[in-house]
Amino acid sequence: MSVVEQHLKPYSREWLLSDRPTSRKQARIGRAYVIWQRFAENRLALFGLMIIIGLLFVAAFADVLAPHNPLQGDLRYARLLPPGSDGYLLGTDDQGRDILSRLIHGSRLTLLVVVLVAVIAAPVGLIVGTVSGYAGGWVDAVLMRITDIFLAFPKLVLALALVAALGPGIENAILAIAITSWPPYARIARAETMTFRNSEFISAVQLMGASPFRIVLRHVMPLCLSSLIVRVTLDMAGIILTAAGLGFLGLGAQPPLPEWGAMIASGRRFILDQWWVAAMPGAAILIVSLGFNLLGDGLRDALDPKEAGQ
Amino acid sequence: MAILGFLLTVVTTFLGLLAVTFFIGRVIPIDPALAIVGDRAPAHVVERVRMELGLHLPLWQQFWIYLKQALSGDFGTSVLTTNPVLADIKRVFPATIELATVGTIIGAVFGVPLGVLAAVKRGSLIDQIVRVIGLIGYSVPIFWLGLLSLLLFYAKLRWVAYPGRVDIIYEYSFTPVTGFFILDAVMQRQWDVVWDLFRHIILPGSLLGYFSLAYISRMTRSFMLNELSQEYVVAARAKGLSEARIIWFHALRNAAVPLVTVIALSYAGLLEGSVLTETIFAWPGLGLYITNSLQNADMNAVLGGTVVIGSVFIGINLLSDLLYRTLDPRTRSR
Repeated sequence: MSVVEQHLKPYSREWLLSDRPTSRKQARIGRAYVIWQRFAENRLALFGLMIIIGLLFVAAFADVLAPHNPLQGDLRYARLLPPGSDGYLLGTDDQGRDILSRLIHGSRLTLLVVVLVAVIAAPVGLIVGTVSGYAGGWVDAVLMRITDIFLAFPKLVLALALVAALGPGIENAILAIAITSWPPYARIARAETMTFRNSEFISAVQLMGASPFRIVLRHVMPLCLSSLIVRVTLDMAGIILTAAGLGFLGLGAQPPLPEWGAMIASGRRFILDQWWVAAMPGAAILIVSLGFNLLGDGLRDALDPKEAGQ
Repeated sequence: MAILGFLLTVVTTFLGLLAVTFFIGRVIPIDPALAIVGDRAPAHVVERVRMELGLHLPLWQQFWIYLKQALSGDFGTSVLTTNPVLADIKRVFPATIELATVGTIIGAVFGVPLGVLAAVKRGSLIDQIVRVIGLIGYSVPIFWLGLLSLLLFYAKLRWVAYPGRVDIIYEYSFTPVTGFFILDAVMQRQWDVVWDLFRHIILPGSLLGYFSLAYISRMTRSFMLNELSQEYVVAARAKGLSEARIIWFHALRNAAVPLVTVIALSYAGLLEGSVLTETIFAWPGLGLYITNSLQNADMNAVLGGTVVIGSVFIGINLLSDLLYRTLDPRTRSR
């Protein structure tokens, strides 16, 4: 063992970049540091990260940040005020509610949708994909056939039909989007699994007598995670857009919830004279989806330099 | 053998599509009969509807009946229009095809050259523009962009016609034959109708075209970058061919094979994108039909529309796969 390594100050640059980590912890942190460096070189990706951190911040402190009540408006004095009015930075809607406050509270719904869809769809895709890839044979054939059937559906149309059957509401919209979102994850996880299914470390664990269950769970799944995370991040914008579309059609969050898509729908009637009622929530959707797209692109480039620039 | 496998894929995917729509229509609702007659209907009415729907039969038998009906084109009757769902769809589908076609043409005509230029001048201003177009295309809600463009181009600038497919004046003065209005009007040489149709389709068509452009230009750029790094390009340069000839003739021709697939997929994507676009622009196509039916809890119409869009989706996917195989000499089997 090299003596020099011992003298490196923990968390110094040299310690992080050392190619001979002395502990598992150092190796992990060092790897994360390298990925972060690659990520931070990309200015647009940092911008995307800032947008998402801003979204998290706004959602966390919505109660403090929102200047007005998002659900209860001032019907008498504050109906359809233009942006920049006294006390109403982004104007008010037809019920005299402050649009800014509604957008701030709506960020919670957006986050809820994105997080729940990811939490439901990603593990399903991961399990289907890894099991399919590791087991092979008829299990693989059947699982991939099912995946392909769901992939063949146009996402929005399937989500629409599902919500129509389940009934409108934000929970059902989340469920419907999750049901339409998992197939690409299964495909990716399967492709990853196939690349190292026959590699030596898997054979080694097999020889040690690990059960297939343990191999998939402890050895295959962790290796699929990074590409899955990238894909989920890139999909978040799509999830937000689908949720907003469902909300716009009146199938997602129900009034008076300040869901951004539903807010656009309610502003549609006033588009000719009071454009801001519909325009502001759309701008919020655009900014947040842009943030997720930039973040996802940056993550992909940082985690997988092969793909960079494509 | 390859053909047999291909047919098997088609059949299982299509069966899967029907299984999913059957599941959505029959299994998810707690009681489809109640969903039709409402929960205040007397018990004997509910019971009769249950019998008519065949809900007393075991599930696999119900699926078998559904399958037979769907294959013979029977998706039930629309509660909203009281027509058979298939007749409704036949009436509205040409409008959607027309819109998606215009969108794809706009997307391909502008998207391919933009993507090529972005790849050739990598890092230049045009490359940045293509990047931004792509990013915004992937991030913007289509219905919001549609509303704002209506506000600008119709309400403020008066450049385009109001939402809808054709002016009321012309709605009765010319007779549609194929259902593709532009084609009909051109064949009947009614140029004023053609102009009116153009003023109606240009905005929703451009909107869909934008999304198609965002996708096509990004993919073209990536294919071209790949081609331009190949050795045959170096060889062509060494032979002294002009750069324009190398780019537009040699490289683009090789990139064209995967591009056909991309354009076909973007066409399928526009069929889906038309659901929200048609709602905004009051475009009387399949998308508007589905959303109208949704709002009136007309499940037969919703599921019929879903099956049709799903089938077209599957069809286009398989077609692009076939095209790829026939166009690319490397994948041709001897």
